[in-house]
Amino acid sequence: MEGGPPVTEKLDRVVVRFAGDSGDGMQLTGDRFTTASALLGNDLATFPDYPAEIRAPAGTLGGVSAFQVHISDHDISTHGDSPNVLVAMNPAGLKASIDMMEHGMVVIVNIDSFDERSLAKAGYSDSPLTDGSLHDFDVYEVPMTSLTQEVCKEVGVKPRDAERSKNFFALGLVSWLFTRPTDGTLDWIAEKFKKNELVAEANRRAFRAGFDFGETAELFHVRYEVNPAPFKGGEYVNITGNTALAWGLIAAADRSGLPLFLGSYPITPASDILHELSKRKEFGVRTFQAEDEIAGIGAALGAAYGGALGVTTTSGPGLDLKAEMIGLAISLELPLIIVDVQRAGPSTGLPTKTEQSDLLQALFGRHGESPLPVVAASTPAQCFDAAMEAARLAVTYRTPVILLSDAYLANGSEPWLIPDVDDLPAFSPDFAEETNAVDAEGNPIFLPFLRSPETMARPWAPPGNVGLEHRIGGLEKAVDAGSVSYDGANHEAMSMVRKERIAHIANDIPATALDDPSGSASVCVIGWGSTYGALNAGVERVRAAGGKAAHVHLTHLNPLPADLGEVLSAFDTVIVPELNLGQLVTLIRANYLIDAKPLSKVRGVPFKAAEIEAAILSAIGEN
Amino acid sequence: MTTVEIPLTTRKDWSSDQEVRWCPGCGDYNILAAIQMMMPDLGVRREKTVFVSGIGCAARFPYYMNTYGVHSIHGRAPSIATGLAVTRPDLDVWVICGDGDALSIGGNHFIHALRRNIRLNIMVFNNQIYGLTKGQYSPTSETGKVTKSTPFGSIDHPFNPISLAIGAEASFVARTHDMDRAHMQATFTEAHAHNGAAFVEVYQNCNVFNDGAFEAITGKANRSSMLIPLVHGEPIRFGDDGERGVVQRTNGHLEIVDVATVGEAAILRHDAHAEDPGLAFALSRLSRGVHDPTPIGVFRSVHRQEYGDQMTQQVNEATEAKGKGDLAQLFRSATSWTVD
Repeated sequence: MEGGPPVTEKLDRVVVRFAGDSGDGMQLTGDRFTTASALLGNDLATFPDYPAEIRAPAGTLGGVSAFQVHISDHDISTHGDSPNVLVAMNPAGLKASIDMMEHGMVVIVNIDSFDERSLAKAGYSDSPLTDGSLHDFDVYEVPMTSLTQEVCKEVGVKPRDAERSKNFFALGLVSWLFTRPTDGTLDWIAEKFKKNELVAEANRRAFRAGFDFGETAELFHVRYEVNPAPFKGGEYVNITGNTALAWGLIAAADRSGLPLFLGSYPITPASDILHELSKRKEFGVRTFQAEDEIAGIGAALGAAYGGALGVTTTSGPGLDLKAEMIGLAISLELPLIIVDVQRAGPSTGLPTKTEQSDLLQALFGRHGESPLPVVAASTPAQCFDAAMEAARLAVTYRTPVILLSDAYLANGSEPWLIPDVDDLPAFSPDFAEETNAVDAEGNPIFLPFLRSPETMARPWAPPGNVGLEHRIGGLEKAVDAGSVSYDGANHEAMSMVRKERIAHIANDIPATALDDPSGSASVCVIGWGSTYGALNAGVERVRAAGGKAAHVHLTHLNPLPADLGEVLSAFDTVIVPELNLGQLVTLIRANYLIDAKPLSKVRGVPFKAAEIEAAILSAIGEN
Repeated sequence: MTTVEIPLTTRKDWSSDQEVRWCPGCGDYNILAAIQMMMPDLGVRREKTVFVSGIGCAARFPYYMNTYGVHSIHGRAPSIATGLAVTRPDLDVWVICGDGDALSIGGNHFIHALRRNIRLNIMVFNNQIYGLTKGQYSPTSETGKVTKSTPFGSIDHPFNPISLAIGAEASFVARTHDMDRAHMQATFTEAHAHNGAAFVEVYQNCNVFNDGAFEAITGKANRSSMLIPLVHGEPIRFGDDGERGVVQRTNGHLEIVDVATVGEAAILRHDAHAEDPGLAFALSRLSRGVHDPTPIGVFRSVHRQEYGDQMTQQVNEATEAKGKGDLAQLFRSATSWTVD
């Protein structure tokens, strides 16, 4: 095979992982490779994996920033269990990723960074390139730094600055390896660096040099092609969960005719929602970066009182702080959306790593009997729909709604079929504008807690209407009248109303969607939120091998679909995979007396499809 | 009190049907009466008026006003009022706090509302005690104060609310007291007219847990000699015949003197509109406690662009530059591709 031109091999799917130092530009490299693949028509799923520190100590394992992308010619739902190709920009990037890989896979290293000092920083006593530990891998040593510096010499940038373009060399090389078009990336470089032509030129040259290196160095004897996936016809964009969520909020405001107000305090991994919304002022969006988490939700609640679609965005530590204000929103019965982009806890935990451990907090994390609807997004693109649904419930039922996303959804991306705006659900705030009762003397009066018989929702009466002046607060309110009441029987009646009005929403959400093509599976996996992709891929694997497995995935966590208990009761085994220590499983066991089994993982990374598959197969074996 | 030729409303229109439940003799009654009687003269509408409060005795205030109102949670009223005011510039938003509410649990929201200059009338009823929880020391209680939670005397150094507000970049800072309706109304009226965050500290007597806390300065017999009225553009003088006054030494310090000794020309003229907050701050430090002659009135009132106006301006400018937001365009703002 030596010497000849490389042959092109077709793959149905491939997982590529870029790993390097935090300052190596791995997120950007991965993002560009993803975009090129999206434009080629591949299905894809991404997983940015980066440290909490902006610039962790260079060259160490703690400082490794990685971006994994799964591209395919068919429908996929995860970022891939195991990389087929690893691009390691330094020894730490190699060390942090190599254990994820199966033998025989491709490892491309930037050989220039494998000096003694960098090896030592990564914790290698001997070079893995020479000690035989990579014997079972297909290793390519490419001098990316020096070749980048070489081609940038004439550009006039300093060698140190030229070195920073080496990620574009890597991108060029991988673009060649996977036969990606180059035009899109070259256009992007021109646009992104238009204010610094020297840097643009250096990046351009590095990118071309990487591509040409693949073509001419005769190091690689195979190039790969991944054909477009058979997507449903339509227009697509590649979208992250945070962007999709922000757009869902804008769409909800647009479709309900409400002005959107976001009160927020920066927190990883939720801040990008604040960033995205703050750019979109032409939609009438007002964003308010508050002095703290409490003020963020306080301002959102104040805006909701005034008739806006009030939203606050946060992650676990912020949700802790917002609890009292959520309780007030429950008591005031005002629409409010609380977005919790979950991360590993407790306390500061692992700020950039994903986890689903806020479910029980979302449901129960307040004093008193304080129920509210909880909605969870299941994929990056589905964050759009989940945001619209959270808004619909909040506005229709005059209640705070907690919308759960997580770090994996927030930063991960996938193609999104752009919807027709006219097809998006519309809902009306149906503001109270007139009095709704008469007093003993027959004078018209306004009772702020007189409920709609259909929705059990109270009137939403923002200030401004004559005759509707009223006072509301966190003290217990008299049924209907809403005035302060210290009466015990009234408190019990109001507590029951607050419980029932949320439970009642079960009539307005879809029944359980059971995915069981066989109709006779004995094992059902049930999940919620971002595990959708892994669970879906896990059951598909079982089915591909001739087995039977059912899958239920919940978007509504409170109330649960009315028929859920009945659906689950039909299975011999119910497995509940969660990125926590068993929260949904606790609810299912408590609500339905079903002997559901937990499958827990709290390692800051999503489930692998293989882990789900193994759990299902093991359960089938026991049945 | 000023007179209005065509009163659109009377005090009765501004009073809700709720029974007022403060302790008999509480200073809050005087403040409530002053505000209810003042509202008809402000030229504002009930349905466009909102009172927002936190928790504490003072926080019951909204229930007694026949306007829109929110009785929220401890310390957070400024944050809720912020969201309301910036999205509803057509409303008049009043924030009613106590000293514990605004300066202890809600201290952060208080200072940030002031620095942002949000169009809010923030009234802090300062009684130097926690009343609703039955008598613990507050962040404005004097050092050494013996209360239920400080049986051996408080070791906390108190806040000076006026100094704090000036330090927090407040554009309007004033002080009044519950024993002088006319002064309260004049001060609140000026606060209301201010386009931005207006802070008014109201010395308020808690006759149950801290009775007579301000008697030494606000008692009828003491006022003339112990309260220093600040009037913009006027020499700062007090006493029955204006016989005492304030001078500024070359090192910047303020000092109380006999006018006869230094001569009228030496008396400092109050300038509430001075851009530099130095004078206002110095005036806030003139009294070290409620036993010293204490300035009341408007310490500082300067123009600074209001926060909500700027927010609206950014929205309008973006809409003008890009056109009204269009969802179909938004969804295509990233590189899109078409599958046939």
